[in-house]
Amino acid sequence: MARLARLELSDDEVQRMASELSHVLDHIEKIGELDLEGVPPTSHVVDVTNVLRQDVPVPSFPREVILAAAPEPLEGGFGVPSPGASPE
Amino acid sequence: MSEILDLTAAAAAERVRAGELDPAELFDAYRERAAAEELNAFTWVADGPPANGDYKSAPLGGVPLAVKDLFCTEGVPSQAGSKILEGYRPPYTATVVRKLAEAGAPLLGKTNQDEFAMGSSNENSGFGPVLNPWDRTRVPGGSSGGSAAAVTAGLAPWAIGTDTGGSIRQPAALCGLVGLKPTYGACSRYGMIAFASSLDQAGPLTRNVTDAALLFSHMVGRDHCDSTSLAFPGELAPPKAQDLNGIRLGVPEELTGEGGGIEPGVRENFEATLKVAERLGASIEPCQLPHAPHALSAYYLIAPAEASANLARFDGVRYGLRVDGDKDLLTMYTHTRAAGFGPEVKRRIMLGTYALSSGYYDAYYGTAQKVRTKISDDFRAAFERFDFVVTPTSPWTAFELGAKTDDPLAMYLNDFCTVPMSLAGIPAISIPSGLSDALPVGFQLAGPAFSEQRLLDAAYALEQAIGFDGSSARR
Amino acid sequence: MTSGLTVAGVDYEPVIGLEIHVQLKTVTKMFCGCELSFGDEPNSHCCAVCLGLPGALPVVNERAIHFGLMIGLAFGCEIADRSLFHRKNYFYPDSPKGYQISQYDVPLCLGGQVGDVRIHRVHLEEDAAKLNHIGASGRIHGADRSWVDFNRCGTPLVEIVTEPDLHSSEHARDWLRLLRSTLRVLGVSDVNMEEGSLRCDANVSVRPVGSAEYGTKTELKNMNSFRFLERGVRAEIDRQIGLLNAGEPVVQETLHFDPTSGDLTSLRSKEEAHDYRYFPEPDLVPLLATETMVAAARADLPELPADRAQRFERDLGLSAESARLLGFRTELGDYFERALAADGDDPIALANWIPPLIERIGSDQDPADSKVAPESLAALAAMVGAKEVSRDAARDVLTKLVEEGGDPREIVAREGLGALSGEDGGLAALVDAAIASDPDAAEEVRGGNRRAIGPLVGYVMRESKGRADGGEVTRLILERLQTG
Repeated sequence: MARLARLELSDDEVQRMASELSHVLDHIEKIGELDLEGVPPTSHVVDVTNVLRQDVPVPSFPREVILAAAPEPLEGGFGVPSPGASPE
Repeated sequence: MSEILDLTAAAAAERVRAGELDPAELFDAYRERAAAEELNAFTWVADGPPANGDYKSAPLGGVPLAVKDLFCTEGVPSQAGSKILEGYRPPYTATVVRKLAEAGAPLLGKTNQDEFAMGSSNENSGFGPVLNPWDRTRVPGGSSGGSAAAVTAGLAPWAIGTDTGGSIRQPAALCGLVGLKPTYGACSRYGMIAFASSLDQAGPLTRNVTDAALLFSHMVGRDHCDSTSLAFPGELAPPKAQDLNGIRLGVPEELTGEGGGIEPGVRENFEATLKVAERLGASIEPCQLPHAPHALSAYYLIAPAEASANLARFDGVRYGLRVDGDKDLLTMYTHTRAAGFGPEVKRRIMLGTYALSSGYYDAYYGTAQKVRTKISDDFRAAFERFDFVVTPTSPWTAFELGAKTDDPLAMYLNDFCTVPMSLAGIPAISIPSGLSDALPVGFQLAGPAFSEQRLLDAAYALEQAIGFDGSSARR
Repeated sequence: MTSGLTVAGVDYEPVIGLEIHVQLKTVTKMFCGCELSFGDEPNSHCCAVCLGLPGALPVVNERAIHFGLMIGLAFGCEIADRSLFHRKNYFYPDSPKGYQISQYDVPLCLGGQVGDVRIHRVHLEEDAAKLNHIGASGRIHGADRSWVDFNRCGTPLVEIVTEPDLHSSEHARDWLRLLRSTLRVLGVSDVNMEEGSLRCDANVSVRPVGSAEYGTKTELKNMNSFRFLERGVRAEIDRQIGLLNAGEPVVQETLHFDPTSGDLTSLRSKEEAHDYRYFPEPDLVPLLATETMVAAARADLPELPADRAQRFERDLGLSAESARLLGFRTELGDYFERALAADGDDPIALANWIPPLIERIGSDQDPADSKVAPESLAALAAMVGAKEVSRDAARDVLTKLVEEGGDPREIVAREGLGALSGEDGGLAALVDAAIASDPDAAEEVRGGNRRAIGPLVGYVMRESKGRADGGEVTRLILERLQTG
């Protein structure tokens, strides 16, 4: 789970977090006892649909602004360690 | 100086617009206090008033505003209380902050908060906890603890915060302020560093209801940059109700009952406030919100799930902290996030990732979204018989620093009266209703979607009758 | 048919499905107002939204929806009344938010068909950024450092997934061509495989003919030309048959085909498949395909390839094969219609000149890019019809047109390729000479054996350097032999 979340946890942290989370989950799992047959999930809170924008350009940021916060500006882009051949 | 500080924001605005008060003087008075503060309420304070400050015709009269750090403010650090964004200066400003600045509320400073709005005590900040001005050994509440402490201590005339599960209302209660969480969609979320997208809302933290109404009226409006933002129906007028005649208040047993864990002092104050309401002409009856006891569980599945995705962008690639960028990619990701995020954030990311993971989605996230539907239904049913649902805002008054940090579950229980409204997307306001053991207590009113005008009016009437005086905390 | 499908007495059949990503030709990105670009300076078309800056929010581009609906209608899909966007969560430097906004279990379109292949689904999503690699080859293997360009990030994409209805590498290649034509005609994309506006992955498996079960499938990623696709799929089919024949199982994995070496390399095992943890995108609201929107999309539909082919057959009298060629390959049909506009007397004859043209320019090329103007082709066809130039000579003219362009009349005059006719005497002399050169054949023909005329005709054709019309020559010889 930590890997999915890209978090590195020390052994201590793993133990502590596992127990904290299972404690929280025990409490949370009570919702499994409810009868929710046929109840639609709320995937969207606001009751609107089709919020669309016209296909007209809006000025982009200037390049210097875009790269200003880059930890590793490289060749006009954002430098990173080379990934393996494909997403992990 | 103290004369200026005693002015409410609305009163100060009036003076400026009448030419009786120099907005630069007003700004500097607060700026000095903010810069010298010892509560750790601010993470950044402006150097001076804005250059071309002509506020005579501005509705908000140049009254300076403290802004929670997770609002993006162009060129000014916006860190969301996290080390992973330490020193980050965004290239744009959040819509709500921009609107308020345009209406005449310039940026005074950025306030400290629980990291990524996750917390109820402001002890989760990457930049140290915030202290409660009423008692500096205690927490101000969270996650908008910095904004609350700033206004309470007279370091800012007013502030904005964000509320996802109670993060405006609960600190308001613990600090003796007015805090409003609007209808979901009423205020734009563009530029608000996201925690839980379907729950986050910006809102005012102020000394009184009049200030809250004034600030709020300039925050609302549909924003084309936020697909979930809605147009606010009608104009918002300053509240002026003098009574609660004909107002039906519903008290949900599930949240206020004996088993709820509400502190005796808070319960006493709640009952006393109900009496005040009755004297003002309100009718009080019990109401049912059958699924409210499960609101916390649903919230702690939905919010972390959305957060786990919202926080995935903090990877050290384009901005913010980067650790071990010279190692392989996976190491850079995991070490950056491990170093940059605090323990509560990590907990919630893990919880959220788990709730969404294959095989568990239906049982956790899926089920939580169904519970959410039921909670919305419960409120809808309640509002057929009642104008507002009322509860204590927080089950207890401000607790001591460190008292609940060892037990996440205990900390989560801070929100059990505020979370149901967040899940239903309905507006709720907390007003100071008195003291218990010399610490402020908050009273919460919740209404149907877009009922803010009536909510503010009722809160105003109650506030006038209660006559709470928070000036002692404003030394 | 792909060779080698029967191995050790077992007939295998390939089962292929394609997954295609198409960049839409909108002006701006899917969720923000940054302009689309290709080849511009890196990171010059980005904003808070497509960079995934904290606090940014997506807003849907209505034209992308319009194009999506057009595609759905053109494919005969079922358009969802209500569809949702979902977050597809994964970490990679080309994904700035750490999730891609896509569609999951409620996509815009389901079902449909293109040509003889059924469509499974069509949905909308956003493109990732471009990762560039610094290292010896510029390819990802062996690179130390990479850097990300976000210009492409957020470009609207349509993902088209077919049912596994393709049954050979040639079929896959030809069908992809049809798909590309169709999308081009719709005007929704540049569908340029080299530039990346059309990207294709293939799911390949094999099974013994007659088997009801599917074999294990592998995924071939990112084949960026029709040839690459055809060869890659073929190589994978062969590899799988080889494995099965050796009694080894096919492992589910993702492969990359190297067109230069012909090698297939494994990228990752599909079993370590991502848990994308899909959930509905809370920053966007549901999409309703209203009657108005669908009607607007329908109104924008041009004539589609299959319809065009039908029209050519029905209205112009073209053969089914000819109609199919010109209908399904849009660029050929467009060129044909332009030529027809210049001279529409004999569509069938004109249509027959297209294959020789593409033979000469390359079967993948667009005749509009060649030096042969459509008017020139029409003129050439007309000249042949008027017997001003023989068919053979005309082919030479065509070759010249391909090389230099220009006017066929001018080329004929310059090269002296005009038809020899019986009237002006030049042909008559050759006919006499032919008969004189082969009296035996002449005798046979006089005796009634028509077939013996061959060498005589051949003589004249050779001597006339093809300028004579074969039919005319035959007629003259027969005449001559009858009378003299």
